[in-house]
This record gives sequence, structure tokens and C-alpha cells, in this order.
Amino acid sequence: MVMARFGSLADPSATFALAGVRVIDPATNTDAVRDLVVADGVIRNGEAPAGIPRLDAAGLVAAPGLCDLHTHLRTPGDERAETIASGMRAAAHGGFTTVCAMPNTDPPLDDPLRVRGLLANATHAAARVRVVAAATRGRAGEQLTDHGALAAAGAIGFSDDGLAVASAAVARQALSYLAPLGLPLVQHAEEPNLAAGSLMRGGPTATRLGLGGWPASAELTIIERDLALAAETGGWIHFTHLATAAGLEPIRRARASGVRVTCDVAPHHLALTDAWVAGDRRFAWENGRDPGSGWAGLDPELAYDGTCRVNPPLPTREDAMALLAALADGTLDAIATDHAPHPPERKAVPFAEAAPGLIGLETALGIGLAAVMAGHLELSTLLAALSTRPAALIGESRSLAAGSNADLVVFDPRRSWRVERSALASRSANTPLLGMDLPGVVRLTVAAGRITYDAGLIGSK
Amino acid sequence: MTATRIPTWTRRHLLDVDDLSRAELEAVLDLGVELRARRAAGELSDTLRGTAVGLAFYEPSTRTRVSFELAARELGATVTDLSVAGSSVAKGESLVDTLRTLERTGVRMIVLRHAASGAPYLAARSLERAAILNAGDGTHAHPTQALLDALTLREALGSLEGARIVVVGDAVHSRVARSDLHALVRLGASVVLSGPPAWVNPFAEWPGLSVVTDLDAGLAGADAVMALRVQRERAAGGGVPSITEYVARWGLTAERLDRACPGAWLMHPGPANEGVEITAELSGDPRSLIGRQVENGVPIRMAVLSLLTEEMDRW
Repeated sequence: MVMARFGSLADPSATFALAGVRVIDPATNTDAVRDLVVADGVIRNGEAPAGIPRLDAAGLVAAPGLCDLHTHLRTPGDERAETIASGMRAAAHGGFTTVCAMPNTDPPLDDPLRVRGLLANATHAAARVRVVAAATRGRAGEQLTDHGALAAAGAIGFSDDGLAVASAAVARQALSYLAPLGLPLVQHAEEPNLAAGSLMRGGPTATRLGLGGWPASAELTIIERDLALAAETGGWIHFTHLATAAGLEPIRRARASGVRVTCDVAPHHLALTDAWVAGDRRFAWENGRDPGSGWAGLDPELAYDGTCRVNPPLPTREDAMALLAALADGTLDAIATDHAPHPPERKAVPFAEAAPGLIGLETALGIGLAAVMAGHLELSTLLAALSTRPAALIGESRSLAAGSNADLVVFDPRRSWRVERSALASRSANTPLLGMDLPGVVRLTVAAGRITYDAGLIGSK
Repeated sequence: MTATRIPTWTRRHLLDVDDLSRAELEAVLDLGVELRARRAAGELSDTLRGTAVGLAFYEPSTRTRVSFELAARELGATVTDLSVAGSSVAKGESLVDTLRTLERTGVRMIVLRHAASGAPYLAARSLERAAILNAGDGTHAHPTQALLDALTLREALGSLEGARIVVVGDAVHSRVARSDLHALVRLGASVVLSGPPAWVNPFAEWPGLSVVTDLDAGLAGADAVMALRVQRERAAGGGVPSITEYVARWGLTAERLDRACPGAWLMHPGPANEGVEITAELSGDPRSLIGRQVENGVPIRMAVLSLLTEEMDRW
């Protein structure tokens, strides 16, 4: 690994010049090879300031800084899994300049003081932290948190993520109350009674493995219900980590009829499949000719690996392909990682006992690039779904046009890297991708004009 | 005299029967027959002398536990019983840590029963030398039950090739069902699965299996019927509206068994809920193989222990 250096949002503004970099900027529909000059943290037209060397960046891609709508920072309460510092280094290493911290901490982020505290502790981190506050007190699904006070404290959305806001009445109340605040109810769409006892996506592989199956209707019923509630209240419903094809069509229909609905998908639901629980390690698009893969293979070396337990569960191949297509056609607004770190002892246990979730900040770009290289996604779509589109949902701008604050990632799409413990900045390494190679090496991340990660591109090698 | 060596057997663990070839399955059954005869004649050899076998039962069990213990002892093994309730497991020790501790004390074969599907795979990956024998994991697999069922059926029918076997009941929550399906299909049987929709429909795509919710239709032409245990709490969980309804539609009675081939055999892995899966009269019916299933438990487990012991020195 090239000597890499992490910086922070409190560092001095950066000045550098990259020569011959491929600039892809969804904000301005740009895809051009040119020089990229940053002076005092601002993107400039023309020549580099005197004394600043033009660094050869041929073959590299520069894109707006990535924005994650869904990160579990595990702070407060579970700092063994992740801290603000380690999580934001993982973000910077993955090309992210903003992450939205989810509220299912211990205690949960259901109080304005805790939201302010988290934000205050993150000012020197390697990426911006925004906060999604709990939608209900204690995430118990019964009584709304003080949405107005939480918004004033900085919350950009409200969610009981990890759980759905299961009560239709409470969800309706939240959407109604949030409507004038202009902030979304971020719904983990999963009907708890339908999902009860499930450990993986229902289907032939779940039957084969003897693991309780999660039915797609668990997601669909909440989507249909909340679309009706959003239509009725005028509230903004945001569905996070969609994992089935079934919910996409109702979302398209509702959006066309004027409902304020947005949604995101996790990288693992675009590429990994339920067959991974049986030990398959092929991406969704790699096993198209083998529809019976769930039956053929139970790999004793990899089956039942706790790192494959995640909620919502890894989808069927057909669902993953439909989600990829929905990203391309704009039904899905964004890719959000659902970065969910866990220490090893929560994963080195029987599958049913494994804590759900996998890390994603450092692998999201690579998974997306793998889909691009396989021809299932346009590079510009991927980068928009990771940067400008999610950023717009939380009121952040991203642009590589002259005069913009430098907030960008530079990566080498020709090189790949091996996902292994020593290559990860996160405190946790719970991902079934461990040991696999992913395309796309991040060389530089700049957040708010500061270099937050530099793999030998700007600094000395 | 040592047990017959099976040249094709190169496995360190017995996690399921799904990856055993037909030749391997037949070889285990053959060895079971041989060991059963030697046991009856008092001519067992100490195949497992000097081998420490650990029983790690994280769930209650009678017949599997007892037959594994007898099989190991009669082959000369030292058997140690990790009584879960009184061990460090009760103090929250993880499965992997507990099994590694057993391994370090010199236990070379661990018979593992666990409530979580896949636990034996995790165990096998976590150990350096010890062999794992899956004595039932969650709702996933119960390989020795499948082997003794296959042996019982093979002896009753002569061969499983082309035989029509009906499996009836709560397959989705049954480790016995899954391992039996693998073994019976691999041995050439034509297998029909019947039961309430929620308990059998998930198996629609299982290779070599036909799923028929209507048991009376499925029984036509059956050479044997295997009833699965119905857990009352599962029934309450939505598989069937009530036990009464289950009995009416899927309970095995003498009259219903008459729809099968004349002389069709009846099986049950036990413990049976008499009056639910099968009537009390049927358990004692001459067509019942239930007693023979239990009798084959020890020889089949002896066969498996012998094979893994021979293999052990390679690891």
C-alpha cells in the first residue's frame, strides 16, 4: 500500500494542481480530461498558482466528494466497533466527504443535546458528520421525538433505522409533523411481523440452508403503506436500503403522482446475493447463466458466514439486477452504504447469533465500479448516485466548477486493491468481501477544501 | 480385526450428507450393516481406542445422544460429555471458544448438536485437528438420522432405486427432512413432500422432489411414508390453524396408509406425538419401521465414527 495520510476538516485549506485528470461532474454534466487546480481550498480556472507543481494525474478520475446518507457510527455506546475518528477515516479512505450518522446508538440520538454533542465532537474528523435523529423516543416506535428541536440541533432526517416505524399511526404522525420542516422520515421498510424469525432472504437458498426466510412482502407492505401516508399528509418519505424489486414500481407510481418520495440502496444489495450465505462469492451479474446456484453450492468453507447476515438481507439475484436498473433509470436516488461495523466476536458465531450488518464506506465505490466494469451501470450514474444526488437530498452542493469549494475524490479506476484488515481504516472489518479484490483505488479525498486522505498523490510518496 | 476401509472416504468432518456421493452413502450403510452384525455377535474391535470423543449437545436429545455415546464407547473411545448447563457455556463462553478448549484438552472428535443452523460449519472452520460430527443443527441438517433412515429403508425395500417415498409434515422447520431429502434423492428414490403449504411450499425448487399439499393424492403408489415431528409451538406459529386440522388432513392413520402401496412402510424419526403425526395403533403396526430406525442408530453412528477415525490421522 502506498503511504497514505489522513487529514481533517480542521486542517489548512489545500492548494494543488492535477494535470490531465478525467473530471466527471454530474452537477455540470461534465466528463472531460483537463487540469484541476485548487487554491486555498477553492477550485480555480486556469494555471496553478506560482510555485505549485502540476502533478501528473493522467488516467485518474476526479469526481465530487461522495456523500453517504446511511452510516452507523456506533458513537455513543459502541466505540469498540467504530469511533467518530475511525469512521471518518474510513469515509475519507472510501472517497466520502460527508456521512449521515444513524441514530441507533446507545443511548439513541433522540435528544438535541446528544445530536449537538456528536456534531461538536466531529469537527476535527476526516469527513463531515451530519445526523439522522431518532424518529421516536428511545426508537420505541411510540412517541415522536422533538423533531423541531432536533432539526434546530442539526438533524437532517428522522429514522428509527434498525427497525421500521412500525405503527401506521405513528408513521403518519411523523410525516405530518415533518412536512412543514421539509425533512424526511427515513424509513427502514420492514414489517416486523412478516420479518419475525427471518435470518436471510426467503427463497431456495434459505430453504436449502434451513435459515428462516425474509419475505419481500415485509418491505413492500411498509412501502405501500407509507406512500399512502405521505400522499395524505404531504410529508417526505425516504426509504433507505431498499432490497427488493417489488417496491420499485409503487415508488415510481407515487412519485409520478406527486408524492414526495426518495430512496436509496446499499452497495451490497446491488451486487451481493442470498447465495453468498451459502458461500457463493460471485456478484449478482456474474452468475446469470446459473439460476440454480443456490442449490448447487453450499461451500463448507464459506457457508453461514456471519458477515453475510445483514438487514434487510442480501437479495435474490433478480432483485439485485432490478435495483441496478432502478439506479440507472433514476427510481433510486442514491447509493447509501449502511456501513455497520461490528467487532469480530459478534460475527464469529453461528449465523443466527451474528449481529446484522457489514461495513461499507471503504468498499462502496469499488462495488459500484465493479458493476460499471461489468457493463451494468454508467460511471457517471454511479458517481452521481454516490455524490451529487445524495448531497442534494441533505442540502449540500457538490460541483467541480470553478469557484466551488473543493470537495472531491480522485481515484484510479485502473488499479484494484485487496479488501483486508490491514487495508481498512475502519475499526471493524466485518465484510464478506475480505480477501477479494475491488477495482478503484482512492488516491485523494478533499472535503471542504481540506485534504482528508492522500495516498501519495499530493504529499511525498 | 478393523472395520472395512472405504477407499473413497476422505472426509475430515461429517457436516451433512448433501455432498456425499451415492457410492459413499452406500459404503456407510454397508459398514453400518457390518458393525451391527459384529455388535450382535460381540465381535466389535476397539477402532476408537485412545480416541477422546466429546459430546457437545447444546440442545436436549435422547436417542441421538445416547446412540452416539454407546457407539463411541463400544468402539473403545473415551467419551467426555460437555454438559452445557454446568459448563463455561453457562457463563457465556462462545461456541468457538468452548470447542477450541475441548480440542486443546485432547478431544479429537466432537459430536455437536446446536440450535443454530450452520453451527457445525463454523465449528469445523474454527478447529485445527478435531473432527466435527453434526448431530443436528437448527433446521438445517441431521446427517446420521438420514443415514440410519436410508439404511432402514434400503433393508425394508431392498433398494431405494425407483422407490416412491412420501415425507409428510413440517419440513421447513425440520433438519431431518432436509438431510433425508438429500440422501433419499441421491440414492435414487422418487420423493414426494406433503404437508401444509407453509411447511412444504418453500421446497418447490428442491431438486428431485415433488411437493404435493394433498397427502391423500401424494400417497398413491408410495412404498414408504415418513412422518416428521410436528412441534406444537410451530403449529401455533402459523403453519396450520390447529393441531386438529393438521391431524384431519396430514395425520397418518391405518386407513390413510391404505392409500399407499400394499405393504407400504411407515417411518418416524421420533419422538412421535402419537395421535398427531401418527395414530398410536400405527406405531405398533407391522408396517412400522420406527423401532428399526432406532436400532440402526448405534451401528450407523459407529460406522461414521470409524470412518472419521481412520481419516483423522491425515489431519
